[in-house]
Amino acid sequence: MVDVSNTWAMTDGNEAAARIAHRLSDVIAIYPITPSSAMAEASDAWSAVGRTNIWGEVPEVVEMQSEAGAAGALHGAVTKGSLGTTFTASQGLLLMIPNMYKIAGELTPAVIHVAARTVATHALSIFGDHSDVMGVRMTGWAMLCATSVQEAQDFSLVAHASTLRTRVPFLHFFDGFRTSHEINKIRLLSDDDIRALVRESDVLAHRGRGLTPDAPSIRGTAQNPDTYFQAREAANVFYDAVPQVVSEVFDELAGRTGRRYQLAEYHGAPDAERVIVVLGSAWGTTKQAVDALNAGGEKTGVLTLRLYRPFPAGELIDALPRTVRSIAVLDRTKEPGANGEPLFADVMVAVAEHAEHFAAGTPRVIGGRYGLSSKEYTPAMAAGVFAELASASPRSRFTVGITDDVTHLSVTVPDHFDVGDQALGAVFYGLGSDGTVGASKNTVKIIGADENRYAQGYFVYDSRKSGATTISHLRFGDRPIDSAHLITEADFIAVHQFDLVNQMKTVDIAKVGATVLINSPYGTDTWAHLPREVQQIIVDRGLRVHVIDAASVARAAGLGARINTVMQPCFFYLSGVVDREEAIPRIKASVEATYGRRGRSVVEKNFAAIDAAIDALHELETPAVDSELHRMAPMPDSAPDFVKKVTAVMLAGEGDRLPVSAMPVDGVWPSGTTKYEKRGIAAEIPIWDPSICIDCGKCAIVCPHSAIRVKITPAENLDDAPETFQSKIYKDRKLADHRLIVQVSPDDCTGCAVCVDICPATSRTEVKHKSINMEPRMEHVAVERTNFDYFLGIPEIPRDHVRHDQVKGVAALQPLFEFSSACSGCGETPYLRTLTQLFGDRLLMANATGCSSIYSGNLPTTPYTTNAQGRGPAWSNSLFEDNAEFGLGLRLAWEKQNAQARRLVGELAGHLDPGLVSGLLTADQTAESGITAQRERVEALKQALASLDDSRAVHLLSLADELVDKSVWIVGGDGWAYDIGFGGLDHVLGSGRNVNVLVLDTETYSNTGGQASKATPRGAAAKFAVAGKSSPKKDLGLFAQAYGNVYVAQIAMGANQQQAVRALSEAQAWPGPSIVIAYSTCIAHGIDMATSMSHQADAVATGYWPLYRYRPTEEEGAVPLRMDSKAPSGSVAEFMMAENRYAMLKRANPGRAEELFALAQADADERWRYYSQLASVQRAKPKGN
Amino acid sequence: MADLTTSYLGLDLRAPIIASASPLTGQLDSLLALERAGAGAVVLPSLFQEEVEAEEMAAVDMMEVGDGFAEFDSAPLAGIDMSGMGTQHHLDLVAEATANLSVPVIASVNGSRKGGWVDYAKELVAAGANGIELNLFSVNTDETESSADVEERYLEIISAVRAGIDVPLAVKLSQHITGLSAFALRAQQAGADGLVLFNRFYGAEVDLDAMALTSKLALSTSDELRYPLRWIGILRAQREGLGLAATSGVHSGLDAVKAILVGADVVCTTSEVLHAGPERIGGMIAELDEWLDAHGYPSANEARAAMSAANVPDPGQFERAQYMKVITSR
Repeated sequence: MVDVSNTWAMTDGNEAAARIAHRLSDVIAIYPITPSSAMAEASDAWSAVGRTNIWGEVPEVVEMQSEAGAAGALHGAVTKGSLGTTFTASQGLLLMIPNMYKIAGELTPAVIHVAARTVATHALSIFGDHSDVMGVRMTGWAMLCATSVQEAQDFSLVAHASTLRTRVPFLHFFDGFRTSHEINKIRLLSDDDIRALVRESDVLAHRGRGLTPDAPSIRGTAQNPDTYFQAREAANVFYDAVPQVVSEVFDELAGRTGRRYQLAEYHGAPDAERVIVVLGSAWGTTKQAVDALNAGGEKTGVLTLRLYRPFPAGELIDALPRTVRSIAVLDRTKEPGANGEPLFADVMVAVAEHAEHFAAGTPRVIGGRYGLSSKEYTPAMAAGVFAELASASPRSRFTVGITDDVTHLSVTVPDHFDVGDQALGAVFYGLGSDGTVGASKNTVKIIGADENRYAQGYFVYDSRKSGATTISHLRFGDRPIDSAHLITEADFIAVHQFDLVNQMKTVDIAKVGATVLINSPYGTDTWAHLPREVQQIIVDRGLRVHVIDAASVARAAGLGARINTVMQPCFFYLSGVVDREEAIPRIKASVEATYGRRGRSVVEKNFAAIDAAIDALHELETPAVDSELHRMAPMPDSAPDFVKKVTAVMLAGEGDRLPVSAMPVDGVWPSGTTKYEKRGIAAEIPIWDPSICIDCGKCAIVCPHSAIRVKITPAENLDDAPETFQSKIYKDRKLADHRLIVQVSPDDCTGCAVCVDICPATSRTEVKHKSINMEPRMEHVAVERTNFDYFLGIPEIPRDHVRHDQVKGVAALQPLFEFSSACSGCGETPYLRTLTQLFGDRLLMANATGCSSIYSGNLPTTPYTTNAQGRGPAWSNSLFEDNAEFGLGLRLAWEKQNAQARRLVGELAGHLDPGLVSGLLTADQTAESGITAQRERVEALKQALASLDDSRAVHLLSLADELVDKSVWIVGGDGWAYDIGFGGLDHVLGSGRNVNVLVLDTETYSNTGGQASKATPRGAAAKFAVAGKSSPKKDLGLFAQAYGNVYVAQIAMGANQQQAVRALSEAQAWPGPSIVIAYSTCIAHGIDMATSMSHQADAVATGYWPLYRYRPTEEEGAVPLRMDSKAPSGSVAEFMMAENRYAMLKRANPGRAEELFALAQADADERWRYYSQLASVQRAKPKGN
Repeated sequence: MADLTTSYLGLDLRAPIIASASPLTGQLDSLLALERAGAGAVVLPSLFQEEVEAEEMAAVDMMEVGDGFAEFDSAPLAGIDMSGMGTQHHLDLVAEATANLSVPVIASVNGSRKGGWVDYAKELVAAGANGIELNLFSVNTDETESSADVEERYLEIISAVRAGIDVPLAVKLSQHITGLSAFALRAQQAGADGLVLFNRFYGAEVDLDAMALTSKLALSTSDELRYPLRWIGILRAQREGLGLAATSGVHSGLDAVKAILVGADVVCTTSEVLHAGPERIGGMIAELDEWLDAHGYPSANEARAAMSAANVPDPGQFERAQYMKVITSR
């Protein structure tokens, strides 16, 4: 939040809401979930620096293991008479439902602030709609809905004040992302405002009701048929009072601030005939449409409810003009099978019960859905709905914002609908890594700081973690800005990365005569490098194009690749958003404010970049359209039809155009589509020098993106290889005359250099030259593309020709996980790829929500793929908290199917070849050759069954493939395994069933931005542990070992690839539960990701991450635990200091760091001592257990 | 008990033994321990411009991790207090040390860019430093820059810093200056109040297992004192009014006596206290005192320069590097 005066601030909805919540709470129990996490993080940060609530107490912010846990802690805190709150969204809110019923049933004041988000159904979505809040409307919580950033602050106060007055708990919600993440200018509430609305007497009364042994009472009784019902009804009067109380609080707020809100608020013609009813940010957008339509002589209006529960039916009706003849109710949620969505149903009932209010009798009420998962809702869409209402026979149920060509529910939206937006709109296209979003946020805050100026910023992301694009939508004007939709006609467009003009639509949304700024390495020659489509738009619309080689300017100023400080002054200079002479001083002042605390050198480098920027800016001549280049290369012919028709459209950024008929009906999408998305994001790629290669395969086994591949093939297979294609003799006695190939995919490599880091082969005459070396992509891309294409066509080596217990053998197996959008250098993905090399053709995966579910399952393209036989990993993500249980379900189902198939084989034995039957039923499938043989038998079985006229044969045919063993893997991060999913994980491990668990342990919640988990080690700084975590890391492996029949391994790919491969194989082979805990380096650690693997090696060498395998056995006298790493050498602290999450703590607070580092060393020493002892303990599991 | 007070760079010190830059002078508790042990002054760890600026840029980079990620509301480590990163860490230490110590606190700086020296020296003075030591160290690999050019560059730095600050200024040099006497004269003219002789460096080392270069600094030995002794003996005779500090190889009070006898105003010790702890300074002072007493010196000042090149019978002994024995044997 930027305080731009005592009373104004530039802030987003989350911070606006949290600021008040923190001032009014004693206990804040939270669990991170997008898009609400920032509220919790801000609260934690404020408490960490000692910011108090209005009563002078620093609120206790506690991170729980799940939202269910947070709700439980909240329930406890408010039961004791404290002031409590929490922040959540989506699945998190659903996990709170049981406690919500309890808190409401006990009439206990509490507030939950929700950044409303889509609930996972056929797919997860992190974006915004009301499906979560509508899913708790029956819990008995009052629901207050904010429509803007300003209201997110104001209603935060109203919620806290009203819950204390009414004793009814309040859920305060606003649109996820659209409001939670929009930066806007708001007027701040003062402490006096807060104190005026939150009455001390209510606080004391609440405390007085708190549970205390000094005046004991009992709650949570069990009631019986005699009294339960009446007791439920006894609370009615409290609910009846809520609307009036909220209304009073609104009035008091208006008295202090001048901002007047009503329970039901109407905007539009006083004699309107058609009205839309909406909740949330659609209010502002619909108002714009109403104003534009009414200016054209129509009679329309819009109504929003600030209070949704208890439903203010009377106020709703009173607010509607008596002239209304038809009403469209828009719900931002979907309730399949219902007679209508919730708001629609509520409004319908209210209207039906108050028909007398309307001059022309009961209006027609129709209900529609809009905006699911942050689907855009624009004034044009509102106009489309009004047009539907005006049509002869409006659809009673409809959708808006999509094209429904199946059930034909979608209303028609006009192509152009001008609302006369006076604000200046600027759109910035950038990459996730180039600071465009940060600079844009900064710009909004600079301009918004001006008196009487207003600014709004909204940011659109894709979900890739490497090579992500960002689009920043900024509005500037002299009046408050309440347009809650993207800019579709821009006055200014900046393309911060030149490649984006080729990859996506950019200038397409420029207004006629708009200004365009392009960061181009081609300077004044840029015109010739622009694709034809872009040239055409520039010429047709008379756009004024300016170019700058920002990368050169940034480099010269010592800023490396940080181009944002070069681009920002150009925007200020060109856009007219400030006077030209003011542009540079304003930016410098902002740089001083932003970076001043980071050191003068940073400020000076930025100043140098700013000073050089304007001089380096050139206006481009825009002659005739003459380019031979075209943007957005089409899909290769080899791509499947679905990919061409659907995926390609999504990749072009035009997924919004896809109609309903293009969509799979059940969320089931084809595998293996990342290969059609050639991103080409690496500046440098690894180039192989076969002359010094030692055939180890390490480069391929550690590659996070499966972009460097190994194949072993008979020499004759390479006879038609391109001249540039490299190979070498493969040194293996069993594979004589075979050649080894190490090949990079130049368009899929992200340039992380992890392969170079691990490569052990160095030149004898020049130690810096390895067998793999990073070289500029542009110099090699053409040749390597040809080579990689040829490489893909070389047959895979038969799976049983290489050893599966050796790195070099596994590296040569086909990876069935490729080109994911994980971060460059990701420490998790090498494990997953290895898993697919070992068991990919029979792999059934349950993946907990988190980074791994995003880079594995986030559309448009997904990385799990298939082999030449069409087999490959079958992957699904259920939820975050239930992953172990979900995976167990998959296993149980397979076991049942397998048992059924075996039974049917037995029953049909008389009709089948006896050798085939006994082969099928007694197959040893522990080795690859056994799997191959069983597959052959299954094929024979299918053929035999085809001619059998027996219903059992039909069943067996459908189950025959289940006679081949499946490998069930339950995969997730530490947030799942250590925290939210631990109960289920524990239960599944305790089940004795043959499931395998892979924990990708990054020691933090990586996906949601680095919050501490119970896997976070002592001394590490993380969100919710900003001063360094004081408790030690939970030893998950030890918990699992306690069972005695669970295979447990701790691995680190960078330290010992061999041990990692062996552990995964042993886990799979163990017929009971297995868990493999894999150390995974992460960008949240603050390391150079190029050194991911050597860093892991250091972790193991110092005892920070010991390697071991616990192999349960029935053998008397056996010692199941074996340490796979040597006794620690070197200090843990020294290792820790190589990570910024530790090193920064050392800088910030050396005393505490030293203390924690000493404890961390003691943890490591003690762990080693303890494990060393366990490694000599004999333990046998009872036979048959 | 001999009078050990001394004047160095115009600063009045209670004893001629200074704790030189080391990890021990990087933290308040060990700084206080050094003061308790009797150190005459302390020199804080060098602010290396290159290092602190890299750290500052790294801090900015850390703030922007995940800038384009929808689910990152802020960078993972954004919440950490980074106010002590980079330069600030040094400035904070200077302020903390001068606020808590009664002995002079000398801040050390090593610049990498022109202008950096002066700017950082000024900031350190503004933070409270009682004196500045220029850690005038660079490995000069520019093929177009001659030895004379290098010396000119050093002198420019000295005069620029002199012009920018109003506290005593010492210049720490390496042995690798060909014409040290001439350079000392010009350094003094450029405004240096004293020279600190000599800096020790990380050399190159080869790890044969890893086939990689390593750089681990070994602690000094008393033997290394011979080089400072030579040049202090010579310069003391040549340069009046120029402070001279002996550093490298000062491990005992007797080493201090040697340095003082040839003309050092003070000795600086690092390795010995790193090895034996801050309290070792007390032991060294006692040894110095004992020797002075035993040899009838009422003060260290009286012993100072008794054996400088001007005051020994054969000053040529300071200059003979290789063939001393041959000549004397004839």
